[in-house]
Amino acid sequence: MQNAGRRSVNLGGEQFQIPPISKNHIIIGVVVLIVVILLFTSYYTIKTEEVGVIKRFGRYTTTTMPGLHFKIPFGVETVTKIKGSRFIFREEFGYRTAKAGIRTQLTREVNLLSESLMLTGDLNIATVEWVVQYRIQDPKKYLFNVRNITKTIRDVAESVTRQIVGDHSVDEAWILSRLEIALLIKENMQEMLNTYKTGIVIENVELQDVNPPEKVRPAVNQVNEARQEMEKLINQANEAYNKVIPKAKGEANKTISQAEGYAMDRINRAKGDATKFNEVYQAYRLSKDVTKRRIYLETMSAIFPKIEKKYIIDKDQKGLLQFLQLQDRGGNK
Amino acid sequence: MNRGKISIYIIVIALFLLFIVLSSAIYTIDMTQQVVITQFGRPIGDPINEAGIHIKMPFIQNVTYFEKRLLEWDGNPSEILANDKKFILVDTYARWKITDPLKFFKSVVDENGAQTRLDNVIEAATRDMITTNVLIEVVRNSNRKMAISEIEADVGAEAVVDSIHVGRTKIAKRILNASKDKVNEYGIELVDVRIKRLNYIRDVREKVFERMIAERLKIAEKYRSEGMGKKAEVEGEMEKELQQITSEAYRTAQEIKGKADAKAIKIYAQAYERDPEFYSFTKSLESYRQTLDEKTWLILSTDSDYLKYLKDVNAK
Repeated sequence: MQNAGRRSVNLGGEQFQIPPISKNHIIIGVVVLIVVILLFTSYYTIKTEEVGVIKRFGRYTTTTMPGLHFKIPFGVETVTKIKGSRFIFREEFGYRTAKAGIRTQLTREVNLLSESLMLTGDLNIATVEWVVQYRIQDPKKYLFNVRNITKTIRDVAESVTRQIVGDHSVDEAWILSRLEIALLIKENMQEMLNTYKTGIVIENVELQDVNPPEKVRPAVNQVNEARQEMEKLINQANEAYNKVIPKAKGEANKTISQAEGYAMDRINRAKGDATKFNEVYQAYRLSKDVTKRRIYLETMSAIFPKIEKKYIIDKDQKGLLQFLQLQDRGGNK
Repeated sequence: MNRGKISIYIIVIALFLLFIVLSSAIYTIDMTQQVVITQFGRPIGDPINEAGIHIKMPFIQNVTYFEKRLLEWDGNPSEILANDKKFILVDTYARWKITDPLKFFKSVVDENGAQTRLDNVIEAATRDMITTNVLIEVVRNSNRKMAISEIEADVGAEAVVDSIHVGRTKIAKRILNASKDKVNEYGIELVDVRIKRLNYIRDVREKVFERMIAERLKIAEKYRSEGMGKKAEVEGEMEKELQQITSEAYRTAQEIKGKADAKAIKIYAQAYERDPEFYSFTKSLESYRQTLDEKTWLILSTDSDYLKYLKDVNAK
């Protein structure tokens, strides 16, 4: 009896106010309450991608892995759940993906432009949009060393990116050294975050879009167009070249082949003629006079019949010309 | 029964009082906190920064909590005239922590107070540093040789040739060093100061845009003329090669033909030289066969070899 009465008082001020209906009721009520509070404050679960950081009276004791765990209730031990080292966080600069809420809402346009506009090493202006991905490597450092780590990461990212871009020309930022710049940003950010002891590891830095400022963009497009135009002109010329030259080469070969054909023809004919002449001459040499006469007479007898107008003139005949003229005037008609 | 009841009430009251006293005497400090104990508003003893459970005098002593973590400071963008008379917007950030909560508490009271002091100190140091340096010193960090695309080098794109002596990181470091000592007296350690953003003021920015546009247009023009030039070059090359190919072919053909002709001549000569008289005889006769036809008038004297027997059987 006394024992039960003590326990009900034990719980302190609140219970004191309630007018007791019956001692038994109070005892049951108090026991149930204690059990419920014990139940709800003495266990916790850590999800797969999380870790739990446990503090006893505000002092760090341990870090727990995913699963069901128990702790001392009544606020003696508290648990802070944070994303583990496999979870990748993402901070965007100069742009926001549609689903990213909270920070996105306020003063969007102006804010983003001042985030992305930066001076290059040749004192030009570029707009740089980039994304930083990071992990919490050391939950203890992450929770206890720096207040507002997200803000710190953003400040560091902006400062480092401008520093790196400030050491590159506008051409390098736009085209030539984008990967190199991203890598430098990553390295420098990591170094600074380490000196702040953030427990953060930069996973990746990616330059999304590096552009000329809005106003300069049409001029830059003109450069691109002009470059394409240049390439087109060169291609056209090369095309014409490739069309004409092989054809000319073919024709040249043809000319040469024809000449070679001619040469062969000439030489073969010459050889043939020479051989023929030799053969004939060999035979002729044996009986020169007769052969000569024979050839002569054979030729004459072949020619003679074909000719219609033949005049045989006595070797002593004079005035041949007159005779011919006469014939020409009358005879032919 | 009555006496028992009274003793229960006494125990209850005693426990209640003990609870009140304990809850005022016991306090906890989180990992992220440090405290200063005050008595009637006056700080007592050394600050405590060890996390865990602690005890103080109940009721008369109070606990004031301070952050132990690295804290943010974000400057306002301010227009500053660089040493080369260029107006720029400079936005800095800093990280600091409360290293001496007692000093901190006595001098600036709370974080708001600290922020104001930091504003004054860092912004002044920033202004000093920027005004004594030219713009390029703040923009660049090293004398790294920057690449510009070839064609831009051709049109003389304004490549910065000025080399720097200080550079962005060192300027930030100097701002840090200049500010560090001044905030030390507030129990604050300034851990880092960095230049976050740097930009031209609006008017200058417009001018820079104009310059960039002009440069780009020049480059575009360069590309166009380069294209036409290259085209003409290729066309010229083509013309040349064409002439070369055809003329070389002609030359070779003529050489071949000439050699063949020469050889033929030699062959003929070799053969015919053995008896030129016989050659001209046979060739002439052959020629007669080919050239004399029915339209030819043939006037032959009885003197000729062919007809000589017509007149004289014994002709010689």
